[in-house]
Amino acid sequence: MKASLNARTIIVALVVAGLLLLPVYTTLSGNVFGLTLFTRIIIYALAAASLNLIMGYGGMMSFGHAAYLGIGGYAVGILAHEGIGSGFIQWPVALAASALFALVIGALSLRTRGVYFIMITLAFAQMAYYVASGLARYGGDDGLTIYKRSDFGGLIDLSNRVQFYYLCLGCLFGGIYLIWRIVNSRFGMVVQGLRSNERRMQAIGFPVNRYKLVCFVIAGTICGLAGALLANNTDFVSPAAMYWTRSGDLMVMVILGGMGSLFGPVLGTIAFLLLEEALSQFTEYWALIMGPLLLLIVLFARGGIDGMLGRARRG
Amino acid sequence: MAEPLLRVEDLVCRFGGVTATDHVSLDVNSGELHAIIGPNGAGKTTLISQLTGQLMSHSGTISFAGQDITRLPAHRRSRLGLARSFQITSLLPDFTAADNVAMAAQAHDGHSFRFWGDARKEKGLRDAARSALSRVGLEHRADTVVSELSHGEQRELELAVALATKPQLMLLDEPMAGLGATESAQMVKLLQELRREVTIVLVEHDMNAVFALADRITVLVYGRVIACDAPAAIRQHDEVKRAYLGDQHVVTRHD
Repeated sequence: MKASLNARTIIVALVVAGLLLLPVYTTLSGNVFGLTLFTRIIIYALAAASLNLIMGYGGMMSFGHAAYLGIGGYAVGILAHEGIGSGFIQWPVALAASALFALVIGALSLRTRGVYFIMITLAFAQMAYYVASGLARYGGDDGLTIYKRSDFGGLIDLSNRVQFYYLCLGCLFGGIYLIWRIVNSRFGMVVQGLRSNERRMQAIGFPVNRYKLVCFVIAGTICGLAGALLANNTDFVSPAAMYWTRSGDLMVMVILGGMGSLFGPVLGTIAFLLLEEALSQFTEYWALIMGPLLLLIVLFARGGIDGMLGRARRG
Repeated sequence: MAEPLLRVEDLVCRFGGVTATDHVSLDVNSGELHAIIGPNGAGKTTLISQLTGQLMSHSGTISFAGQDITRLPAHRRSRLGLARSFQITSLLPDFTAADNVAMAAQAHDGHSFRFWGDARKEKGLRDAARSALSRVGLEHRADTVVSELSHGEQRELELAVALATKPQLMLLDEPMAGLGATESAQMVKLLQELRREVTIVLVEHDMNAVFALADRITVLVYGRVIACDAPAAIRQHDEVKRAYLGDQHVVTRHD
């Protein structure tokens, strides 16, 4: 047990060190592509970590989490399009819009359980997708090009790849730290208790829906931040960011890494996106290989990558 | 005469065409141990669920400590001091015994919208958990995950969780279900001690336990109260013998 616990700590430490030092390598080797790829990975890892908060810890299987990627992205894109380039305005709007969306769809969908919850979150995300497709002024189906990245005065230059990379990494580590504090707090205990046995939590005196809703909003807000980062990364935002397959990708990243494990979503996202990248070099039918691989993981390694590294369940 | 702690009047609950609770009226006095017995399917668990708010009643009223709670949701009733244990053990299986009890203590210690401090390191909650666990004799199992506890230990943990909510009234739904003879005897002893501190409504099939513990017994058959009296009188009650004890004798003879 102790040895396997160490294996996990070592892997996580290596991954953290690798992420911290990556720009050094890419700058020396001039491998710009590697930096861009990992910037994307880090942003998705933040989104996956936020989904893990509700799905892994809270047991709420949201199938519409990509909606916040789009909402955060469109907040940045639309404001930029209207001439408001300041990140100090764009980003708070992105977070607030995501929180508001989470509040509304959470209040409606958390009345349901199980498959119905999955379906209703999916439906709301698809609604957001179609609304974005209908925004003719902002590119509609074709999406919206962002000509200038969010402006944070002299504080940080998002157009500088390395600076932007470290900003994303800071957001990821900050997000994970926040989630770590939350899941171990009184609030987090309640949320995890709800995953374990909702009826029991109600019987001992918790008004369960309130806690679920707040957790849902926190997760949505964090994912909205990932959306703002993503829009800046690609200089572009389109309805495709909210499409249900994207929500599915996020779920796969979480499950692949290990639900209810703090660092699992990061490992899952790295594995998923690197695999996608590598397989698509060989064949355009990369999904044919990816599918069975995921199936094997789900069948034989229930705890995902994090579970394979060995760990007392949910510490 | 003091106001009863729990007063149930004309309570009804229907499932489709079946009236599971048929105009039940019942008083539970402060400090008593009130047993509810009845054959399988008499509606005992339904009644408990109505009292604790997991099921809403179709008509009738429930008042607790002088307050009408008929329409209150389960979590509000728990806050007022109404605790329950479940017939089929219902704990948080992937948490430790201590976590389960601490959670109950936390539920009754203000709201839980606290996002920062480590809840497992809060002394108040841990102490409350430890003392409730030691009440039921489980302190040595505090750090064991519930799914690894024996069935008997899980039944005791159910009680500890109920105790940690600092209840005025505990509704215990078959706490001896599935226990062996030694474990049952232990549970009876435990209930003997608890009844000195808290009013208890006990649903139980183990007649020895019921007659040993109860101050009063209510007999429920097909959702109706057919008798409510002291144990000695219930033993002599003709209708009870026929409807309940008698039935069982018939059944055992056929075995």
